[in-house]
Amino acid sequence: MSEIIKQNDEQIMEKIRKDLLHHLPTRPLAFKLWIGFLLTFIGVALWAYTIQFRDGLGVTGMRDYVSWGLYIASFVFFVAVALVGMLLSAVVGLLNQKWIIPISRIAEMIALAFVMMAGVIIVVDMGRPERLLNVFIYGRFQSPIVWDITVVQVYILISALLLLLPMLPDLAIIRNHMKKDLPKWQWNLYNILSLGWVGTPGQYKIMHSTIRVLLILIVPVALGIHTVTSWLSAMTLRAGWDSTIFGPYYVTGAFVAGTGAVAVATYFIRRAYHLEEYITDYHFDKLGKLMVLVSLVYLYFNLNEFWVPAFKMKAADAHHIHTLFAADGEYSLMFYLTQTFGLILPIVLGFFKRFRKPFPMMLIGISLVVGAWFKRVIIIIPTLIHAYLPIQNVPESFHEYDPTGIEITITLGVIAVAVLIVTILAKLFPVVPLWEIAEEKGVDIHKDL
Amino acid sequence: MSKKITPDVTSRRNFLKKFGMSIGAASAVTSLGLLSACATDDDEMVNLLTTDGQTVQVKKSQLKVNLTEMQERGRDGIAGKKFVMVIDLSKCRNARKCMASCQGAHHLKPEQHHINVLRMENDERTGFYYQPKPCQHCDNPPCTKVCPVDATFKRKDGIVLIDNERCIGCRFCIAACPYSARVFNWSEPKYVDGDENRVYDIELNVPQKKGTITKCLFSADRLRIGKLPYCVSACENGVYWFGDANEDAVTNGTSKETTRLSTLLSDNAAYTLMPELGTKPSVYYLPPKNRLFKYNYDEETDDWMKQHDEAEKQS
Repeated sequence: MSEIIKQNDEQIMEKIRKDLLHHLPTRPLAFKLWIGFLLTFIGVALWAYTIQFRDGLGVTGMRDYVSWGLYIASFVFFVAVALVGMLLSAVVGLLNQKWIIPISRIAEMIALAFVMMAGVIIVVDMGRPERLLNVFIYGRFQSPIVWDITVVQVYILISALLLLLPMLPDLAIIRNHMKKDLPKWQWNLYNILSLGWVGTPGQYKIMHSTIRVLLILIVPVALGIHTVTSWLSAMTLRAGWDSTIFGPYYVTGAFVAGTGAVAVATYFIRRAYHLEEYITDYHFDKLGKLMVLVSLVYLYFNLNEFWVPAFKMKAADAHHIHTLFAADGEYSLMFYLTQTFGLILPIVLGFFKRFRKPFPMMLIGISLVVGAWFKRVIIIIPTLIHAYLPIQNVPESFHEYDPTGIEITITLGVIAVAVLIVTILAKLFPVVPLWEIAEEKGVDIHKDL
Repeated sequence: MSKKITPDVTSRRNFLKKFGMSIGAASAVTSLGLLSACATDDDEMVNLLTTDGQTVQVKKSQLKVNLTEMQERGRDGIAGKKFVMVIDLSKCRNARKCMASCQGAHHLKPEQHHINVLRMENDERTGFYYQPKPCQHCDNPPCTKVCPVDATFKRKDGIVLIDNERCIGCRFCIAACPYSARVFNWSEPKYVDGDENRVYDIELNVPQKKGTITKCLFSADRLRIGKLPYCVSACENGVYWFGDANEDAVTNGTSKETTRLSTLLSDNAAYTLMPELGTKPSVYYLPPKNRLFKYNYDEETDDWMKQHDEAEKQS
């Protein structure tokens, strides 16, 4: 009897390995083209950055009044998307929701890539990037920037660990079974990263308890990183930023952006690596429901953020509300489009089962991610345009904010790096956790290795 | 426990050793590179004028001591003082002498205003008035609180200063200042070629540097030698009073008359800008009452940028 089960175990594992690891050695043309496409963007952006580094931030559309632009808006966007690692792995995972198993690693890959780019674009925004070390030499703890740098670094560390640790058994499987299929460097990579994993019950015990500690730790850290990011604005005296709910407003908005990003990434990775058997309609349905839930919470915070000041119409707030809501407001068109495509429409569509299928979810995801980026632009820039005192005796360009080509190129380049990192991570490592799938199918994971 | 789960102890230890070494080496190289970028070239020589009027050449590395002293003195401020400015709005006729002298002293471009004379229209019935706006040198400054590197700070004499050799150019202080008092060097400063060998004077903020903040300093360099700020001295209409709140005395920059600060403020119903924000400015305004002259405003001739361009063309 036991022999039969063992036979079955091996067959199951054989199939899982074949299904989930087949993409590791291959380099199809589509992959190379996609990488080349991203590298082109990055190359042009690097060239644009050398110009910015040489000539100063004057090559951007930022001036003394709108002194933060696309870079800071994108910074907030990167941090926002990165929060999905915490939402899926920690919050949903700690609630023992099994459906996240095949997509939680994608979420962690997105989290790691995007939080790293958040760090990069902050340096891009600096007038004196070569003085970055000053933050560590002279850092003052009163400044929210120092809090932000601290939590971003901790989040990078925990995200990297949360990506690596649950992957150890998978890396050991690759190390044991794929030596002849892989180039030497690639096998060495798995060999090193598997950290001598052999899969004893003791190792599993340590791994499980470590992951659990990390999952609990990442909740306050992730809340911290985005709350502090919101404080970069909310700690100032400016109408439109001077809000007590900015922390949760940012955090819930981040969940919306991140869920969208996971939907998009999961769709394309699933297609490219033929994971239809492991990431099914069921997972997209669940993801869609989660998307509706977090979007509704975000809608609630939007209501608070705009309706409360709009009811009172204090002078400076009124100006800000006018910019966003009035027909002749400078940012009203962008605002309405963003709120419609980035929030309202996804909620409405998400109520229907037929839209919670892979393809519609991918489209909704794109709408959410693009909307999320524009929402950050709307949060950062209109507030700065309205100074308390009149803007006078300066050139015309100081009155408005028109991002320049160089600025847009650099921003797109940094986004391309984030996508490139996700692409490479998903190519180099098994996207769906083999051992968790095996465990679900009743394979004795301790023995089979 | 640990022995049980690590069948190949030696290889893992070796791996960790190698891994640690390579990480260490990589970070050492990176930090050395970054640090060397921060350091100045030791062998560079600088011309200095001695007290007996002779020129001597000194290594730039030796100058660094002086530089630090200057910066330290600049960070400390002048003991026992609390500088205040009173701006009499009823006197300002938009002569802009203050703006010009300020930009000249601090090597600023025409669009960079440490002090900016704004045309204010609070009420349709009363018409407009002119409001010079320097940095308010707040006693509860929103800008210094947010600076991550202590590049902008409040001195004991009440002046909010900046150190452009430390500023990283994050512009958080611009976002934090409700008075829009701070400006940025978005590109190379005006006298980038003439100022390159000048020792940085933190109380004048010259030379200006690309990628750093600049702002009104209450002319801390002039106060150091007992003189009135550049803008105050340049005004020909008696708009500015400047002095020390601890002495309760302010001096008018035009008439050189000295009067009691508290009386001046209470007799004229002085106010500060946006007191509801709790910033506690050191700049007081006397209301634009009894306007004895006709206010003229011509969009063409009063355009500061255009005026400047024409002056450039003529010279």
